[in-house]
Amino acid sequence: MAEEEVKVFRTWSSPFPLRVIWALKLKGVEFDTVYEDLSNKSPLLLQYNPVHKKVPVLLHNGKPICESLVILEYVDERWKQFPLLPQDPHERAKARFWAKFGDDKVFQSIVYGILFKQGKEREEEIPRAMEILQHLEEELKGKKFFGGEKIGLVDLALGWLAYYLGIIEEVIGLKLIDQEKFPLLLQWIQEFSTAPIIQENWPPRDKLIAKFAASREAALAQGLK
Amino acid sequence: MARTELKLLGAWPSPYVMRPRIALNIKSVDYEFLQETFGSKSQLLLESNPVHKKIPVLIHKGKPICESLIIVEYIDETWSSGPSILPSDPYDRAIAKFWGAYVDEKWFPNLRILSTAEGEAKDQVIGTIVEGLDLLEDAFVKISKGKTFFGGGQIGYLDIAFGCYLGWLRASEKMSEVKLLDEAKTPGLAKWADTFSSHPAVKDVMPEVDKLVEYGKSLVAKYRAAKAASS
Repeated sequence: MAEEEVKVFRTWSSPFPLRVIWALKLKGVEFDTVYEDLSNKSPLLLQYNPVHKKVPVLLHNGKPICESLVILEYVDERWKQFPLLPQDPHERAKARFWAKFGDDKVFQSIVYGILFKQGKEREEEIPRAMEILQHLEEELKGKKFFGGEKIGLVDLALGWLAYYLGIIEEVIGLKLIDQEKFPLLLQWIQEFSTAPIIQENWPPRDKLIAKFAASREAALAQGLK
Repeated sequence: MARTELKLLGAWPSPYVMRPRIALNIKSVDYEFLQETFGSKSQLLLESNPVHKKIPVLIHKGKPICESLIIVEYIDETWSSGPSILPSDPYDRAIAKFWGAYVDEKWFPNLRILSTAEGEAKDQVIGTIVEGLDLLEDAFVKISKGKTFFGGGQIGYLDIAFGCYLGWLRASEKMSEVKLLDEAKTPGLAKWADTFSSHPAVKDVMPEVDKLVEYGKSLVAKYRAAKAASS
């Protein structure tokens, strides 16, 4: 059996490659890490992801796979231990639905609709964000994780919320979720962010706060043009 | 399978609705097609897709499945004895899903932008659409490996994901008076487009281009009226 070569291209701060890191570590897969500086992309990154030129990229025995949710499913299919998706087709469809919802709605609203906006635009987005997060609150009813008793695909897809939401709240000086309206979501945040493997891989908090504050300034400056 | 066990909520102009219809045709599975009326959403739609309130929704034995490509995958996994829609190799599956996400998130939105674009903005979006088709031509050559479809000898996931946009692509060419899919520039795709459109699993669910043009023009008119009213 030839040795498996598994490499993950990431940045220190982006939540998307974290999904892949978590999946591989939860499955006990050995891999190498390549840190990218997105302001100075390596020739390898451009070669492996010519369409988007983004992280993460998973390189498996020389073949690149791009797009974090696509990579997660690939990893789950290649390495069967610690399954991320359930077996039943309807349950799988539901998991894929919520993972997509996380990217299309949750991330869009909180990062592009709130963090990167100010004034009236931000004020108007907040109730929409609350509605969106309410769907997650409902989905957690009777469950410890989105995946049930164990962490699954949806937890990894939404996992960024468990750490980055607090950072975003600090940068904008506004608390978005409270115990009264989102008790289950706050409980999930606690369970997920302190779970083995997840806990050990969060990027440094202070550095992230500085980075997000800088990204927000840049986005606001762009928006005012 | 009793028809009542399987329902699809949809509408004829929607490319997304075409996707599960093609998938069900490939599997030779019968279903009840419930068309939504324009301008209103049925109670069944609101109940079965409360999060997005959008079509398509597949309702199988009372359980709803939402999001067109997720529905296609569900169909493939549930009717596993029929012809396969997703490739069997995990790497090939990842490539198919990568390009499925690309056409949805990066490529198709430009067709919408084109419908109301003018002047320099119109030229720019045309350029973007054509660049995307160049990328897809390369992908087609690599993935089809000389065969007829992205899926090889048979229609597969990526054929369905991209092919459902062909009606609107042709309608956009007519509405904006521009050639987008050019057999001189992207011969593989041009040939594939014809073969895909005339495939038995596709031809009856592909809307007629002239009907799409008529519908598209009414949408543009509504958009322009709304814009004028708000300015």
